[in-house]
Amino acid sequence: MAGSTLASPSANPAGGAAAAAASVSPARETWRRFRRHKLAMASTVVLGLLVLGVIIGPWIWRVAINDIDFAAQLQGPSWAHPFGTDDLGQDILARMMYGGRISLAVGLAAMIVATTVGVIIGALAGMSRKIVDPVLMWVTDLFLSLPQLPLLLLVIYLFREQLKAVFGVEGGVFVLIVVVIGGLRWMPVARLVRAQFLSLREKEFVEAARAHGATKMRQMFNHILPNALGPVIVAATIEVSSAIIAESTLSFLGLGFPPDIPTWGRLLFDAKDQLDTAPHWALFPGAAIFLTVLSINFIGDGLRDALDPRRVI
Amino acid sequence: MATYLIRRLLIAIPSLLGISVILFTILALAPGDPFSEMATNPNVPPEVREALRASFGLNDPIMVRYLRWLSNMAQGDWGFSFASRINVDDLILQRVPTTLFVVGSSQILALCIALPVGIYAATRPYSIFDQIANTLAFVGFSLPTFFTGLLFILIFSVTLDWFPFVYRSDVAATGWRWYWEMFRQAIMPIMVLGLFQAASYTRYVRSAVLDVIRLDYVTTARAKGLSERKVTLRHITRNALIPVVTLVALQMPAVFGGAIVTEQIFRIPGIGSLLIDAILANDTPVIMAVTFVFSCLVVMFNLIADLLYGWLDPRISFG
Amino acid sequence: MTSPILTVSNLTTSFRVEGQWKSVVRNISFDIKPKETLAVVGESGSGKSVTALSIMRLTPPQSSKIEGSIKLNGKELLTLPDADMRHIRGNEIAMIFQEPMTSLNPVLTIGFQIAEALILHRGLSRSEAEAETIRLLEKVRIPAAKSRFHEYPHRFSGGMRQRVMIAMALACKPKLLIADEPTTALDVTIQAQTLELIKTLQEEEGMSVLFITHDMGVVAEIADRTVVMYNGDEVETGATEDIFRSPKKPYTKALISAVPRLGSMIGKERPMRFPVVDRNTGESDVPVEVPDTVKAAERPVLEVAGLTTRFEIRGGLLSAVKGRVHAVENVSFSLMAGETLALVGESGCGKSTTGRSVMRLIEPLAGSVLLDGVDVLKLSQHDLREQRKRMQMIFQDPFASLNPRMNVGTAVAEPLLINNLASRSEARDKVADLLKRVGLQPEMANRFPHEFSGGQRQRICIARALAVEPRLIVADEAVSALDVSVKAQVVNLMLDLQARMGLGYLFISHDMAVVERVSHRVAVMYLGEIVEIGPRESIFQNPQHPYTKRLLAAVPIADPARRLQKRPVSNDEIKSPVRPADYVPPVRQYREVSPGHAVMIWGEEWERKDPAAIAA
Repeated sequence: MAGSTLASPSANPAGGAAAAAASVSPARETWRRFRRHKLAMASTVVLGLLVLGVIIGPWIWRVAINDIDFAAQLQGPSWAHPFGTDDLGQDILARMMYGGRISLAVGLAAMIVATTVGVIIGALAGMSRKIVDPVLMWVTDLFLSLPQLPLLLLVIYLFREQLKAVFGVEGGVFVLIVVVIGGLRWMPVARLVRAQFLSLREKEFVEAARAHGATKMRQMFNHILPNALGPVIVAATIEVSSAIIAESTLSFLGLGFPPDIPTWGRLLFDAKDQLDTAPHWALFPGAAIFLTVLSINFIGDGLRDALDPRRVI
Repeated sequence: MATYLIRRLLIAIPSLLGISVILFTILALAPGDPFSEMATNPNVPPEVREALRASFGLNDPIMVRYLRWLSNMAQGDWGFSFASRINVDDLILQRVPTTLFVVGSSQILALCIALPVGIYAATRPYSIFDQIANTLAFVGFSLPTFFTGLLFILIFSVTLDWFPFVYRSDVAATGWRWYWEMFRQAIMPIMVLGLFQAASYTRYVRSAVLDVIRLDYVTTARAKGLSERKVTLRHITRNALIPVVTLVALQMPAVFGGAIVTEQIFRIPGIGSLLIDAILANDTPVIMAVTFVFSCLVVMFNLIADLLYGWLDPRISFG
Repeated sequence: MTSPILTVSNLTTSFRVEGQWKSVVRNISFDIKPKETLAVVGESGSGKSVTALSIMRLTPPQSSKIEGSIKLNGKELLTLPDADMRHIRGNEIAMIFQEPMTSLNPVLTIGFQIAEALILHRGLSRSEAEAETIRLLEKVRIPAAKSRFHEYPHRFSGGMRQRVMIAMALACKPKLLIADEPTTALDVTIQAQTLELIKTLQEEEGMSVLFITHDMGVVAEIADRTVVMYNGDEVETGATEDIFRSPKKPYTKALISAVPRLGSMIGKERPMRFPVVDRNTGESDVPVEVPDTVKAAERPVLEVAGLTTRFEIRGGLLSAVKGRVHAVENVSFSLMAGETLALVGESGCGKSTTGRSVMRLIEPLAGSVLLDGVDVLKLSQHDLREQRKRMQMIFQDPFASLNPRMNVGTAVAEPLLINNLASRSEARDKVADLLKRVGLQPEMANRFPHEFSGGQRQRICIARALAVEPRLIVADEAVSALDVSVKAQVVNLMLDLQARMGLGYLFISHDMAVVERVSHRVAVMYLGEIVEIGPRESIFQNPQHPYTKRLLAAVPIADPARRLQKRPVSNDEIKSPVRPADYVPPVRQYREVSPGHAVMIWGEEWERKDPAAIAA
């Protein structure tokens, strides 16, 4: 026990805590801890600005994304074009704001798909005491050893045309990319949820609930799930940034969204051959991806610190 | 240990089979058909088309088609590349060494950075060094490889002109000079991939060491009078490596994903760029084969990780 | 007078918590003479472990500071350079820790871990160190020491690991051994062995011992002098006999009176409350025997017959059954309303599994559990939920048994709402009433578990269990994790509730002294079976089975006057209930010693035990 004495020298005074006047709920305690993480707080602001920028930006910066102007090819940043122009003289700022919406939407939607699938599979495995668990875990491990990017490329290559026919160009690619990214990234969440369930369901408070006559559903929704949620929230946050990177990678390889939908990755793909003459074309969208991903990762880190009760900051 | 090895090998086989089922299912579900072009071509009579389909076995039940495909793959008959006009297995064999070289070197680079930095940072938690390392690690794995690749080209090739930005397999030089050229052109791709992985690995190492450092046996080691260096090297590092090995193994699919991007940016003739070229050329047999090779590589690295795991943790071999 | 080995004066240790320095230990002074054993005793949070770590300077350097003076043979340790301090650690002062399961490095062989200190401090070569290590392992009575040199810690039991730790500590013949709760995590018979071993080795090596513990029984057994700590302060220091016989400070009085003392119940028929001592004044009330609560005329609340629970151990490629844990094997007993039946035994004896099987939290393999005449094991899931209202459980760890995300009011109300015993508004009143009944304020209902102390949390758990007005409560080590004074209060509460509500308690515990205090009847379990069952007085005063005798002999008695004579150190480990897959348990016969007192007829495996343990 010497170790734990070192880790939390403050966790002692018996009975003193309950004498405190105000009651601290776990949610408020989490917020208090989150605020202590300065980088996470700064990242929240940065991410907020980025999201605000791509959502309301197009109403303020009213330049069409496909306004071709051959007189202004490959220009650097100027007052007319704050982020410069591309090889067709299109305004990069306008294109980035439009593409940013898609990139962020893909990230969010893929996260929702991945987390939903992961939570369901993890919960099923974690609650089952029979054959379901090993089978689901074998499938999970199998998916974990799949090479994601090649598989993503393969699926998109094979199914793109068909989905375009059903959902239209933009919608088809969007649905495909979201489903495929989400469908290939649920495994970490599933493992996490299962591990949480396995440990929580043996906890005395769940046993106590069972002893009171709580049904399996009640044990799961009132007792296990709320306590398993912390790490899932952290994983889901990180999932957004991974999905954004995955989408940008696809677009960067020229296999994601088509050229008329300028997601940030696609802009980089278009820009990469003009690197020597127009570096700004690549730098702005690259920086946007970097800033978004970095701030999401920092927020995830802040949440991890805030939600992990073991950690003494 | 031997039974452990055999057990891990036996587990790898169903994994490979599972992966092959997934791959084949995706292919079978796909709407395209190698004969779709003929279907729309009025010059080909329907009977001829049918005969051709039958000869390729496309009308057989899906199970039969899967088994035939599997046995062909197992026998090394991976089909013929439409685009390159050679057998797929030859094509892949030409390309695999380059990919393994780039991926292997970058992993070594990543570990050489991550281990010392992660351990040093964790032994001084919240010190200046730790905070800088931690922030840099975050920056590192938030920078996607395709962006770092472009940045490197912009800085080191375009601006400074230190390294070539196109990788060539036919370097026109011999002897030491050849090695030097090969090394020079490999630096940037290895750095891009290695630094990205180093960033995530540093985080893993740091948090694993932090977990171990507060355990009782570390206090025991200190109470014995060992120096901090010995405590860290002997008592902390090996234990901390156990979870790190698992996490690194889980990163393997992402590593190969990164390799594809890097090969594409620097035009490295590995299987990653082969995959992209094949997709752009609609070269289905190559796409299938490369994807399967990537899967095998991931499974192989997982196997290596398992062995490392068993070697690091004496509790495993008995379990 | 000989000069002391260690002199601690005005030791103050502080930790930086959220940017502020907070002292955890304040102005502690004591000294240890050669060959003397000094105990530092206190409840959790008293700062006793931090005191030990401060002497070794093992507190984290960046976030802690140690002030005052610590002199080893006149040499000041606090100002020593780090390199010199390392030479002291393990060489002149050695330390052993509470958790033998975690204080050895799992990836290094035990031989290497001991030899390491020898090579470091005594400059031995590898082969010399190996020979010396084997000698040390023999010295701490590890059987087949030579062959175990190359084994990893996971192959050793907890007691054996603690011996390895002791061997490691003795490696360089230290002048002072600091033992930080070395026996707390061990079973009582293993604790007795370990204490005996420490005493013997101390005499052989002529070293001093600083013994950190919370257990007054252990203090009485081992210490020459004692320092009592409370909340970071030194309360009282003196010869152990004086501390026990005439404590001066109110806190010490309260502590001593709260300590259950084995043998203090001779001649008492019914359980007894603990005396309540005011911590500030030191005044005590006179405890009385509780009223007769046992409803002997009625049908027993609980009748358990032939209860058997086994767990399969699977392994190998095809997950074949390799063996079984025979956790509970053909156990039968009954329990009256208002009665407390204690299930006692050491780890692995199946007492907790019995409790959980009775509750059907684990599905037993065979047997019957009649609760007011209804066989719980035959009920459908739905009827079982209905029936569970009549029996409730209290667990060992009160923190783990409360959902951290649920406030106390919701937690206590949950059983009422699940079983439709009250509407939401009725439940609120009921919760207030229940909280009052267990000695808490109704306003606490809005708080969360982490805002309460351990004792308060256990009260909340009791309130929650009482919500459905059960007839039977299974208390699984319910007071074992609590500090001694809190333990006394919770036991008193349980006795009051039993008198008021006619509850039957199945009191599962390893703590014989508490069991003697609270129970009407006692069942002793060993390897899944009841070896002896009977009225409390008969079991404690007239134990028959060799295992019962050994168990009782091993309990440290909180009375220095009765400090036991040295016993030969036996190497018996607690046997494991894991059996091969084809094991058929033998048919057992019981013999009635006196009315209600039955003992299992034992085979000759018990006869060959060392005679001292049986005679004791």
